[in-house]
Amino acid sequence: MNKWFKSGTPWIWLNAGAVATSLVMVFGLILMIAVNGLSFFWPSNVAQFDYQTAQQSEPTRVMGEFQRSETMTAQAMRDAGFDVPEGQEIVVRHLVKRGNRDLDSRDFRWYLEDFMTDREHPRDAVVLERLQWGNFYGFVREFRVDGEAVATGDEARARFEAIIPETRALVRQIEHIERVEIGRINFRIEQIRIALRGIERATDLSIEERAGREEELSAERGELEEQYAELETQRNELRNELRRYTILMETADGAESAIALADVVNAWWPNDMSIPQKLGHYVHTFWEFMTGYPREANTEGGILPAIFGTVLMVLIMSIVVTPFGVMAAIYLREYAKQGPLVRIIRISVNNLAGVPSIVFGVFGLGFFVYLVGGNIDQMFFRDALPSPTFGSPAIIWASLTLALLTLPVVIVSTEEGLTRIGASIRHGSLALGATKAETLWRLIVPLSAPAMMTGLILAVARAAGEVAPLMLVGVVKLAPSLPLDGNFPYLHLDRAFMHLGFHIYDVGFQSPNVEAGRPLVYATALVLVVLIIVLNLTAISIRNHLREKYRADSD
Amino acid sequence: MSTDTIAPRLAGFQRWRRTKDRSARYMIGFFGLAVVGALTLMFVYLLSETLPMFQGAQLDPLTEYEAPGGADTRTVHLAVNRHREMAVRITDDRRAVFFRPGSGEIVREQELPIPDDVRVTSFSAAEPRTRLVALGLDNGQVLAIQYEYNESFTPEGREYDPQVVFPVGDEDSALLDIDGDGHAISVVGIQRGSSGIRVAAANDRGDLRLATFEETTSMMTGETQVRRSAYDMPALPEGSTPTRILLDITGRIMLVGDDQGRLHSYDIRRPASAKLEDSKRVIRSDDAKVTSLEYLLGTVSIIVGGSDGSVTQYMLVRDDGNVNRITRVREFPAHAAAVTNTQPEYIRKGFLTADETGEIKIHYPTSQRTLVERQITDQALHRVYVDPRNRLLIAIDEAENWHLQRLENRHPEVSFHVLWQKVWYEGRSSGDYVWQSSSATDEFEPKFSLIPLTIGTIKAAFYAMLFATPLAIMGAIYSAYFMSPRMRTLTKPSIELMEALPTVILGFLAGLWLAPFIEANLPAVASILILLPLSMLLMAFVWTRVLPEQVRNFIPAGWEAAILIPVILLVGWFAVTLSPLIEIWMFGGDARQWLTDNGITYDQRNALVIGIAMGFAVIPTIYSISEDAVFNVPKHLTQGSLALGATPWQTVIRVVLLTASPGIFSAVMIGFGRAVGETMIVLMATGNSPVVNFNIFEGMRTLSANIAVEMPEAAVGGSHFRILFLAALVLFALTFFVNTVAEIVRQRLRNKYASL
Repeated sequence: MNKWFKSGTPWIWLNAGAVATSLVMVFGLILMIAVNGLSFFWPSNVAQFDYQTAQQSEPTRVMGEFQRSETMTAQAMRDAGFDVPEGQEIVVRHLVKRGNRDLDSRDFRWYLEDFMTDREHPRDAVVLERLQWGNFYGFVREFRVDGEAVATGDEARARFEAIIPETRALVRQIEHIERVEIGRINFRIEQIRIALRGIERATDLSIEERAGREEELSAERGELEEQYAELETQRNELRNELRRYTILMETADGAESAIALADVVNAWWPNDMSIPQKLGHYVHTFWEFMTGYPREANTEGGILPAIFGTVLMVLIMSIVVTPFGVMAAIYLREYAKQGPLVRIIRISVNNLAGVPSIVFGVFGLGFFVYLVGGNIDQMFFRDALPSPTFGSPAIIWASLTLALLTLPVVIVSTEEGLTRIGASIRHGSLALGATKAETLWRLIVPLSAPAMMTGLILAVARAAGEVAPLMLVGVVKLAPSLPLDGNFPYLHLDRAFMHLGFHIYDVGFQSPNVEAGRPLVYATALVLVVLIIVLNLTAISIRNHLREKYRADSD
Repeated sequence: MSTDTIAPRLAGFQRWRRTKDRSARYMIGFFGLAVVGALTLMFVYLLSETLPMFQGAQLDPLTEYEAPGGADTRTVHLAVNRHREMAVRITDDRRAVFFRPGSGEIVREQELPIPDDVRVTSFSAAEPRTRLVALGLDNGQVLAIQYEYNESFTPEGREYDPQVVFPVGDEDSALLDIDGDGHAISVVGIQRGSSGIRVAAANDRGDLRLATFEETTSMMTGETQVRRSAYDMPALPEGSTPTRILLDITGRIMLVGDDQGRLHSYDIRRPASAKLEDSKRVIRSDDAKVTSLEYLLGTVSIIVGGSDGSVTQYMLVRDDGNVNRITRVREFPAHAAAVTNTQPEYIRKGFLTADETGEIKIHYPTSQRTLVERQITDQALHRVYVDPRNRLLIAIDEAENWHLQRLENRHPEVSFHVLWQKVWYEGRSSGDYVWQSSSATDEFEPKFSLIPLTIGTIKAAFYAMLFATPLAIMGAIYSAYFMSPRMRTLTKPSIELMEALPTVILGFLAGLWLAPFIEANLPAVASILILLPLSMLLMAFVWTRVLPEQVRNFIPAGWEAAILIPVILLVGWFAVTLSPLIEIWMFGGDARQWLTDNGITYDQRNALVIGIAMGFAVIPTIYSISEDAVFNVPKHLTQGSLALGATPWQTVIRVVLLTASPGIFSAVMIGFGRAVGETMIVLMATGNSPVVNFNIFEGMRTLSANIAVEMPEAAVGGSHFRILFLAALVLFALTFFVNTVAEIVRQRLRNKYASL
């Protein structure tokens, strides 16, 4: 034994254990996010059971989805206020999503397994996804049109199921009117308001000119207001049509509740679905999640604005960081003479990589937003003051801040690519009479393009996951409009935006109902992780491919 | 074409090429240097935002004029409105004069409703924001008045209709009979609190009386009723005459200064049974007198000015016997002559003092700064005032000449002392490190000690490093030296993936999953810590000693890590399953309760969670750099060692680690730098409470998380805003130092390897 220890084998194994632990952690984490995130869209069965604790004389009937289970010591549960019988030492408890937040505020509750009886999965149990108050669990009892019951029982369910696509179409129409058309009119009216203020302030206009322009703008505004009123009536008509339909629901414990179809986003009977049906539903909800707008303080609905904001910000950042980083790398590798200056630049690059991201955020807020943005407002957007245009957190400032943050990634990666290009290529080109710039442009840059690509991808991956600085320079929990839309100038660099990473933070930690938001956080995290893993693996494979290639060349 | 037509065109072309070449050189050079420029710009900008905090105040003469309303009467009170457009002067010949402070032009004069044959014998003002003042008269009456500027907005600008109103009664019934016997009121004090106005007075025989005017608003009619009551207060100790009375805004305390240099505090919560709680001499030198006594904003701190020029701050501090003791807090730079007047600021806890030689000082207590020391005139000053926004200072000399000065005093509350040393704040019994930047009330003083945040930062980084360093370095040694190349090509990208995982995801998992999990499975965490290394050793023994050769050959050497993965999973599962049993067996069924019973505070989101989550984020950084350093140790060194008969493990310990140690050191430094600046994990997985301790089961608030939380709500340009910039600068400087050292060490190491 002693000899075995002396040989060092156990220590080698311990070191191996360290690697193994790290690997287990990485893959465990990714697996966990994947499982939790993917199960969010799965229509799991709805269970119904009777629950009776020692204190209760009558059992209550509970219906809902089982979320997760825990094994606890009885003592801990007693300390937490559950009445566990004496003598019992271990309890199993289940977290049940009961929904129906409008009837009972506790939509998530823990139930001890010992008190559960008659657990079953009723086939006619329905899950309603609603615009407000979260899910509803119960049974469809009546289908009503204009307040009158036109169908009951199974027929009601059939009528209800059949009309959902129709009501959804109406809802989408209303949303389109509100979001796109009325949005466009509001945008234009705001522009006119600012233009009018500008005319008021302008000193170089004659009285006639001023009156003329004012009249012109006022006329346009009148027209827009008319259009607005028209759209409003149109919308109200649609709404009235939508309001005609309601269903009467019964919950597990017998309470009745009338629900307007205007509120119902989706309905499904999970216990009555076959696996292919469930898969279809799965794909459908996943699609809705990726392309929908958030609801209920972001804890429900989709994440389209967050995906959109993340991608757009990263794109703008790439436009800035690529030339900057590539040129800096070329300077370091091709032009600079080794000496103190290069040492200083390298230390700067390393420091840019090492300075905490929040410091970039603080710098971005002070320098870009208040100093640069404030001055831009003073020079070009005086008419809109005191409400800031560029002088408040915006997507452009977020992109610039992140460009600074990811600069070292591009530099390091490009430099690596430049190093791998053999000196013979440069010498050959120079010997043929090309200038240094020509050599660079015609040979070096094309040859090292994949390395630059790697750097850019890594920078994008880094930027997509960064949240702390964005919280200061441009991300908001709910952006009223996307930074890219149909109103001139189409790309609104001065708008705040939503971001996947911040969405996770906001829903997971700032929302009033954390439990309700949890699945959505996992799903969002999954989207972000997949995005980043794909980006990274692409970068890694390009890089490995490059290395192989140059290894082959130099052999 | 002949050569002489080609030649010039060729030359032109060559020139064009050279120009292009040169401009490319300049442009690329510019971008290369711009990297340094960007870093420098960040540093300079952060510095430029913090520096204004440490500059003193500016005081510039504006104008001088004779007292508006006549220099032949004395000013007893003066106030300026917040726009510095209207001001009021109350004189001892029973007048209120409203004037424009810029020019001294009188807008309105109002006679106070005091009979002609009655003299004003004493005067006192309540908290400046109440605009409430009291005049004691020689017939035993007191007049309480309130001045109103009545500002209104018109297209031309602000307009004023200033006047004096009567908070108790109307113009005819405004005089309050405080002393029934008609003795002259020699000292008066007034204050408005939540329950109404209180007036205290002493007559020329030293009798103290307190009158309360309780305002009750009827629920039914909405009418406000005032109930007057008057009480006799216990007398001061024999032989002392009251010279000053202060009432606090909570209605609990009355302070009386006497001619012996003593201060007496009365408990007046129940005025009918008021009692003298404490008496203390508040002036140090024996023959000196108290010449000025004033409350600061919030009526907690008392500033005592003496005839010896001393300026001292006192507070009531509860002692062990639950008695409020008058306690000396701190002293300020003394004046050369007697302090004649103390004036508190309106919205901060700073104050101004004036003396007999015509000098003015502006102090701020908690930062221990005296921002201005200025000789305004060579005459004695008897009053000094400041406007609500601290922009305009008016000093009045004995001849009633008014000296107006422009004041610029933005950040008096910040100093090195406030940021890094123990500060004695109001309401506390001693100095402490406190970070508390905002609160609901106006009287609140923000507390800006960076110590709790710095300690929190170090605490978080420490636990993260404790978790990450061994794992990362051991892993690096193994994968650089023992791991098979195949496994290495799988491991390296995995670790890179680990580095790429967004910290917001680590933070969210740590906060929402890991923290509750650890709380519910504390014994599991402890047992994993013990069982994991043991089981690895056991597996090693079984594999190398017990298992037959055939099985061992099935998996080649260099795959030990892969063999251990199932072991780890098994141990983890085992520990979690057994956790409740261990809990019942060792901790009475509830490990958390057990900790609490043993005096250990347990927060769900604590340093243990941070250690694991942030450790996870730091592992890949340390791992990659140390792996690089270990892997690049020149092969002839290790081969030499092996050739001389050393085992691989001996070679690693004695040769490889020794050679690579600078690289590993810089890896740890860079990892530390990352842990110090990490924001999202700490933000999401701790309670963000600024505590000063190293308890692994409690949370912390770090510099970075603090910036993320508070920056969006800090007023631009304010002290809080700038302190957050300072926090960023501290982080910047810290990581700059760490990274630069690490980079220099690495550059040296690279040169060393090259020369070996």
